[in-house]
Amino acid sequence: MPFRIRHSIAMAAAVAFAVAAAALAAPAALAQTTLRVVKHSDLKIVDPIWTTAYITRDHGYMIYDTLFATDANGQIKPQMIDKYELSADKLTWTMTLREGLLWHDGAPVTAEDCVASIRRWGARDATGQKLMTFVKDLPVVDAKTFRIVLNAPTGLVLAGLGKPSSNVPFMMPKRVAATPPSDQITDYTGSGPFVFRKDEWKPGDKSVYVKFDKYKPRTEPVSGLAGGKIAKVDRVEWKQMADQQTAVNALIAGEIDFIEQPSHDLLPILRKDSNIKLVDWNPLGNQYAFRFNTTAKPFDNVKVRQAVVLALNQEDFLQAVIGDKQYYKTCKALFVCGTPLASDKGMDGLIESNFAKSQALLKEAGYDGTPIVLLHSTDLQVLTNLAPVAKQLLEKGGFKVDMQDMDWQSVVARRVKKDPPSAGGWHAVLTSWVSADILNPLSTAFLNASCDKAAWGWPCDAEMEKLRDDFARETDPAKQKAIAEAVQVRWTQYPTHVHLGQWYQPGAARKNIDGVVVAPASVFWNISKTGK
Amino acid sequence: MLAYIGKRLLATIPVMAVVAVFVFAMLRLTPGDPAAILAGASATTQDVADIRAKLGLDAPLLTQFFAWIGRMATGDFGESFFFKKQVAELVADRIEPTLMLALTTMTLSILVAVPLGVLAAYRQGTWIDRLVMGFAVLGFSVPVFVIGYVLIYVFAIEFKWLPVQGYQPLAEGLWGCLQRLVLPSVTLSVIYIALIARITRTSVLEVLGEDYIRTARAKGLTDLVVLMRHALRNAAVPIVTVIGIGIALLIGGVVVTESVFSIPGLGRLTVDAVLARDYPTIQAVILLFSFVYVLVNLVVDLLYTVLDPRIRY
Repeated sequence: MPFRIRHSIAMAAAVAFAVAAAALAAPAALAQTTLRVVKHSDLKIVDPIWTTAYITRDHGYMIYDTLFATDANGQIKPQMIDKYELSADKLTWTMTLREGLLWHDGAPVTAEDCVASIRRWGARDATGQKLMTFVKDLPVVDAKTFRIVLNAPTGLVLAGLGKPSSNVPFMMPKRVAATPPSDQITDYTGSGPFVFRKDEWKPGDKSVYVKFDKYKPRTEPVSGLAGGKIAKVDRVEWKQMADQQTAVNALIAGEIDFIEQPSHDLLPILRKDSNIKLVDWNPLGNQYAFRFNTTAKPFDNVKVRQAVVLALNQEDFLQAVIGDKQYYKTCKALFVCGTPLASDKGMDGLIESNFAKSQALLKEAGYDGTPIVLLHSTDLQVLTNLAPVAKQLLEKGGFKVDMQDMDWQSVVARRVKKDPPSAGGWHAVLTSWVSADILNPLSTAFLNASCDKAAWGWPCDAEMEKLRDDFARETDPAKQKAIAEAVQVRWTQYPTHVHLGQWYQPGAARKNIDGVVVAPASVFWNISKTGK
Repeated sequence: MLAYIGKRLLATIPVMAVVAVFVFAMLRLTPGDPAAILAGASATTQDVADIRAKLGLDAPLLTQFFAWIGRMATGDFGESFFFKKQVAELVADRIEPTLMLALTTMTLSILVAVPLGVLAAYRQGTWIDRLVMGFAVLGFSVPVFVIGYVLIYVFAIEFKWLPVQGYQPLAEGLWGCLQRLVLPSVTLSVIYIALIARITRTSVLEVLGEDYIRTARAKGLTDLVVLMRHALRNAAVPIVTVIGIGIALLIGGVVVTESVFSIPGLGRLTVDAVLARDYPTIQAVILLFSFVYVLVNLVVDLLYTVLDPRIRY
C-alpha cells in the first residue's frame, strides 16, 4: 500500500476516533430533571405588566408570585399573603406578607415592593385601572404589612389582585416596579418558584427556567393557581417549534415532554400513541367572538348589530374550526358557562341563525346594502375557518359581505384603524379569548363601552359603563351576579360583539409526566417527571 | 486580480444601497403595524399610538430611513422591536446553525451530485443514466417539507436512529452537532443534488464530444483519468456557476428546513421577524443575505480563473 494512502487511512481513523470519543463524552453533562415543553408561542416580551400576551403571562407565573390567586373552584385565596383583614367600614384592607419570601437575588420581599408592584399593574391593566379609581392610598405599615385604603367599598380588591389572566398583578422588587408602565422592564428578578435564565434565553429557540431553591411554597395542596407551588423538576425549557407536526413528532420520539396546545387535527395521532396522554389543563377553555366596529356604518346602528346577533349561530363556527364535539360547547352565557356569573338571561332566540328575523330587522334599520368588510385571518389554524362561516351566515341573514383575506398580523394592524372600511378600515373581526379573561363585566375587554378609550371596535354606551361601574362597586357576590345579568341584557340591546361558543384545547404529555396543574394558565410547578 | 477584487467589493456598496432602499420601502408598504402587534388584544388606539411614537414609527418615512442608514453606517443594526435585544446579537446567535446547515448540505450535494452527473454522462442512455435523471426529476418535484417529514418518520420515529429536531452548537460536541444535521442536510440537499447532477451530466456530455477528449483516449489514458482530469475540469465552469447559484438559493431554502426540523437559524429568524413586522431585524437579515449573494458571486467569478486559465480579469 503506498505511503500516502496508508497515511490517509491513519488520518481518517484518528478523526473517526476523535468523533467517537466526543460522542461518548457528550451525554455526561445532564444529571438533573429537565422538563421540555413546547408552548403556544415564542417568548418575545418578558414584561407581563407591559403586555397582555399569554406567553408573557405564563412566563410571569414561572418567575413571579402573586399576592392572591384563583383556585380550582374560582375562589380567590391568599398566595404571598399570610393574613388580611377588611375594616368594618369596608374601606381599609390590611395585608401581611408570609414569612420567608425572598427575591431571586436573596433579598427579602417587602411591603414596599408589593405597593410599587400594585401601582405599576394598576396603571396598566384594565381591572387594575378601575381598582385604582377606588384607591385613596397604599400606605406601608412595616416591612411585611401594607394597607389599601379605599375611597369607596369595592369588590375589586381581591378580584383584581387574584386575577388569573392578563395582566396578572405579579409582584416585583421595588426597583423593577419603579419602571414606568409604558416601558418594558430589563431586570427579571422575581420571587416565584423558578428563576429565569436570561443568559440562556434565545428568542425563537428556547427560554430556560431553573428551580428557585429558596422558594417557600404554601403548605396547602395545589388548587388551580393557588396552593403550594412546589417545583418538582430542576429545570424547565420552553422550546419554540414553529411547526406543530414537528412538535408532535418530537413528543412521540420522547425529545420533549409536553405540548401545551397541539392543534386539534393532530390529536388523533397523539391519542394513538401509548406513551402519550392528553391533558385537559384548562377546563374553562376559550371563547370565540365576532367583534363589531361600532363607529363604522352600518354597525353604528344597534339594530344592524342586533341583526348580526340573530343571523349567527355558534354550532356552525365551532364545527367548522374545532370539528370534534369533545372539544367544543355552545354556550349563550356572556361570562362563560360553568362559572359563577354564567346566565342565559335575555338570550332567548338569539345566536340561533334566525335569518327571517335578521332580514326583517335589517329592513327596519334601513340597511342600504353597504358591504360588510370582514377581515379574514388566513394563517392561524384556530381562526382561519371562522370568517368564511360568518360570511355565509351573514349573507343568509341579508347582509352583503366583503371578506378580505390577510395574515393575522395584518388583521391586528388593521383592527386598530378607525378609517372608513372602504379606505383601509374594517367592519368586523373574528377572534378568540381565553375564558379566564372574560369571567366578569370588568375583565371582558369587549364590554368596555367607553368610546375612544374602549378596545378596538370602540363601543360607546353610557348605560353599559354605568353597569360596569356598579359591578366594580358591589362587594356582595349575589348582587354582582344580578348586575352581570343586567350587563348581559344590556348587551342584547347594545351588542358590542357576538360570542360564538366555547372551545377547549387539551395539552399532550408523555406518560411519565405527572401533576399537570389544572388552571386557566399553563404553569409548571407541581409537575414531576419520572424516568428518562 | 487584486484590483478586480477591490473593484468588485466597491461595487457592493451601490448594490447594498439599492437593497436597503428596496427593503425599507417594501416593509413600509406591507400591511401590518408592529406597534399594534406589540400592543396586544385589548389595546386602545392611544396605546398603539404611544408605542408607535416610542419606536419612532410616527416620524416621516424619510426621517426613519436616514436615521436607520445613519446607524447602519456606524455598524449599529438597531434593536429588535420585540426581543429588546440588539439585532446584531440576534443575528450572531442564529448564524452558526444556518452556516452549518448550508455547509453540510452543499458538501453532501457536491459529493453526491458531481460523481452521479459524471457517471450519468459516461453511461449516457443506459439504465444508470435514466436512474440518475429519474432521481433528478423526483428531487425537483417533491417539496422539501415532504422529504423532511418522510425522513423524520423513517429515521427518527420508526428506527430511532436520529433526533427529530433541534440543533446542538458545535462547541457542545461535534457528534451531537452532526447527528442533528444529518436529516435536515439530506432533506435540503435532495434538490441541489438533482440540480447539480443534471448540470454536471449536460456539461460533461458536451465536453466528451470534444477533440481533446478523443486525443486523450488515443493516448491510452484510462476512462477514469479522461473523465476526471480532462472532461470534468473543462466542464467545471457551468457546474461551479450552478453551485454558486445553489448556495445563494440555499439561504432561502433553509427557511422551510429550519421550520420542519426546528433549527434556530437565520431562516427561522427571518420568518419570525416578518410575521411580527420586526423591521430592524428584517432589514438587517435581508442586507446580510444580499451581502452573502454578492460575495458568493464574487467567489464564483474568481474560481472561473482558476478552472479556466483563458479567463482573465
